[in-house]
Amino acid sequence: MNRHPIIEVRNLDKFYGTFQALKDISITVHQGERVVICGPSGSGKSTLIRCFNALETHSSGSLTVDGVDVFEGSKEIRRLRQEVGMVFQQFNLFPHLNVLENLMIGPIKVRKISRAQAERTARKYLDRVHIPEQAEKYPAQLSGGQQQRVAIARSLCMETRIMLFDEPTSALDPEMINEVLDVMVELADTGMTMVVVTHEMGFARKVADTMVFMEDGRIVEVAPPDMFFTAPASERCRMFLSQILEH
Amino acid sequence: MPDDSVGSGGIPVPKPPVHQRFLNSVPVAILIYAVVVGLIFYGSFAGAQNMGYNWQWYRVPQYLYSFTDDGFQWGEIVIGLFATIRLCVVSFLLATVLGLLVALLRLSGLVMGTAVSVGFLELIRNIPLLVLLYLFYYVLGPIFGFDRYTASVLTLAVFHSALISEIFRAGINAIPLGQWEAAKSIGMSTAQSYRYIILPQSVRFMLPPITGEMVHLVKSSAIVSVIAVAELTTVGRNIISDTYMSFEIWFTVAIVYLLVTLILSIGVSFLEKRYAVDQ
Repeated sequence: MNRHPIIEVRNLDKFYGTFQALKDISITVHQGERVVICGPSGSGKSTLIRCFNALETHSSGSLTVDGVDVFEGSKEIRRLRQEVGMVFQQFNLFPHLNVLENLMIGPIKVRKISRAQAERTARKYLDRVHIPEQAEKYPAQLSGGQQQRVAIARSLCMETRIMLFDEPTSALDPEMINEVLDVMVELADTGMTMVVVTHEMGFARKVADTMVFMEDGRIVEVAPPDMFFTAPASERCRMFLSQILEH
Repeated sequence: MPDDSVGSGGIPVPKPPVHQRFLNSVPVAILIYAVVVGLIFYGSFAGAQNMGYNWQWYRVPQYLYSFTDDGFQWGEIVIGLFATIRLCVVSFLLATVLGLLVALLRLSGLVMGTAVSVGFLELIRNIPLLVLLYLFYYVLGPIFGFDRYTASVLTLAVFHSALISEIFRAGINAIPLGQWEAAKSIGMSTAQSYRYIILPQSVRFMLPPITGEMVHLVKSSAIVSVIAVAELTTVGRNIISDTYMSFEIWFTVAIVYLLVTLILSIGVSFLEKRYAVDQ
C-alpha cells in the first residue's frame, strides 16, 4: 500500500504553566489510516488531538499536518482547519442557526462557495448521517445523538481530508451511542483519515488500523488492534483494558 | 381511564390564613395602591395651595401643540422632545460603536489593548457626568474647535460607551468557549467567528441591559441643559423663566420623559420575545 504520512508529530511537548500535559510525543498518521487513541482521563489524549488542528498550541517539538507546519501564529492555520474536521464531545452546534444553516455557514463564509452549491452539499451529508428530515430544525430540538450526527455532517461539509473525533459519544445517553458510531463506521469505510479519542472498544476493534494507548502525557503503546487487544505489551495498558472491558 | 379533572379525592391542602388572602386579593391591592398615590398627590397639591401657588394648567397645552391660522403646530415642549430624541439617537449610535470597540479591545488578548480599554473604563466611570460635560465643553471644545451640540453628543457617547462596553463584554463572555472552537475548527477567522457565531448569540444576553442603558441615556441627556443645548429640559427651563409656571412645566416635562422611556422598554421587550423564540 502506498500511503503517505498526513500527520507527523516529532518530540512534541505541551506545558500548561509548569504542568506538562504532553511528554515527548512522536507519532505518524498516514493517509486513510484510522487511529484510535485511548487511555485514562487526564492522560493527554484530548490535548493531543486538539493540537492537530491548532486548538491547542504545543510548546516544543514539530507537528506537520497535511503538509502544513503547525505553530502558534502560523498564517497557514486557517487553511489547515478547512482540511481538518473536528467533532467535539459537547457537539458545539450553533444554537442560533438551524441544521441546514449549521452545515452551510462554513462552506459559504469560509470556502466562499455559492448558497445553492452549499445547500446541495449539506443535504448530501445530512443523508449520509441519516437525518435528512431534520434539516429545518434547530439544534435544541434534536436528541444528543442527532446533534452529534449533525456535527459530523458539519465537518464533512467542509470536504475535509482528516476527521478528528474528541470523545464523540461520551456526552450521549447509552441508547444513542450506536447511531453515532454507525455513522463513524460508514465514514471509515469511505477511506477518510480518522483520529478518534474514545473508550468505545467495540468501535475500535471494528475500524481501527492502529491503536494508541496514552498515560500521563506519554504514548505508552502503539499497536494494530488484534495485537493490542489480545497481547498488549505494557502492563499499564493491560490494566486499563481489563478495567474498561470487564463488563 | 381516570379523569384528571376530578382529582383523586384526597384531603384538600389547607388554605392560607384569612388576613393573608385578604391582603393578597387584587381589589384590595388596587385600593391600597390608589390610597397611597392619592395621598401623595393630595399632599403635594395641598402643600402648593398653602404656599399660595397659582395653578395654571390651562396654559400648558399651548406648549405641546397649537392651532393657529397656519394650521396645526407642535409646541415648544414637543419640539424640545424631538431635539432630545435626536441627541439621544446620535449619542447612542456613537456610544454603541465606541462601546463595541472598547469591548473587543479588552477581549482581544493583547496586553496593550486590555490596558487601554481598562484605563478608558476606569477614567470615564470615575468622573461625574457633569464634570465630563464641562471638560468636553470648556476644555476640549475650544482646543479642538467644536460647538456645544458636538460637546454634548461626545460627552453622552463617551460616558455611555464605557457602560455599554461592559454589557458587550458580559454578553460575549456568556457564550461558551465551545462555540469559538467550533467556529475556528471550520476555518473561521476571529472576525468571522464574532460576526456569524458569537455576536448573534450574544444579542439576547445584551438586549435587556442595553435597553436599561438607552433609558439611562435619555435621562442623562437632560444634563446638557446646563450648557444651554436646545432640548427638552432646556425648553422647560426657558418656558418657566417666561411664565413662572414651574410646577406645571416640570410635571409635564417629567411625564414626557417617562413616556419616552416606557415606550423604549415596551418596544425592547417585544424584541426580546422575538429573539427568545429563535433559540
